[in-house]
Amino acid sequence: MMVVALGFALGALLVGYLVRPRRPYPEKLTPYESGNPPVGEPRWRFSVKFYIIAMLFVLFDVEAVYLYPWAVVLERIGLYAFVEMMLFILILLVGFIYAWRKDAFVWD
Amino acid sequence: MSPGAFAYLGGMVLACAALAISRRNPVHSVLWVLVMFFHLAAIYLLLGAEFLAAVQVIIYAGAILVLFLFAIMVLNIRQEEMGPRFSGGWPLALALVLALAVMLLGAWGSLRLPEAGPFGPELLAQKGGHTKALGEVLYTTYLLPFELASLVLLVAIIGAIVLAKKRLK
Repeated sequence: MMVVALGFALGALLVGYLVRPRRPYPEKLTPYESGNPPVGEPRWRFSVKFYIIAMLFVLFDVEAVYLYPWAVVLERIGLYAFVEMMLFILILLVGFIYAWRKDAFVWD
Repeated sequence: MSPGAFAYLGGMVLACAALAISRRNPVHSVLWVLVMFFHLAAIYLLLGAEFLAAVQVIIYAGAILVLFLFAIMVLNIRQEEMGPRFSGGWPLALALVLALAVMLLGAWGSLRLPEAGPFGPELLAQKGGHTKALGEVLYTTYLLPFELASLVLLVAIIGAIVLAKKRLK
């Protein structure tokens, strides 16, 4: 099974490599930037507002992970598990509403 | 887990970790850590710990590394890239690491595995897997710590906004 899967993946890449045309020219090799020629450095100091978005993503991602074992055992534990997860989400909803009210999702 | 699979995955984890600390470009380092996390997740998966594998991919590879990338972007790392990757303290660091390795190898002989807990392979198989067994305990016996986790997350959400928001309403 492993050999077939590996063979198929590598075989497909190899066939593509052998069959596809290769006609590079300078314009084709430049990084794509919506059709415009790239100007200046690609990396500069990003604004800290990106950091808030990433931080909130991490936190709500952790919340989502708790839903995975919960969904698996919900049938077995029943209403009890349902109520406690609603409480869990409710507490985090307070954080969500706080973030919303403080314009954490607004791009200023 | 077959020895071949473990040899490949373990070797890749070590190689990616070494690449991550030796690359000069911090973005490349983060990408090597990403490859390392996926191999770690595969080890967990082959050991039958599928929830841990999911956490590894969703939280570590999906969220923490994105945070690392954003942190790199927010910091000014141009100067960092100009200098040498390792400072002059590396002989001392190497000596400390070797000393630790000798200590660990010395302690290997006196290693005693503890008595197996109730969640052995048989019970996990009977419960229908690692995730189900974990869920059953987490949402019944450890109900309070689980609910407290939401409060910890709430504090972190508010803290992140208060610290990083430019113009707080």
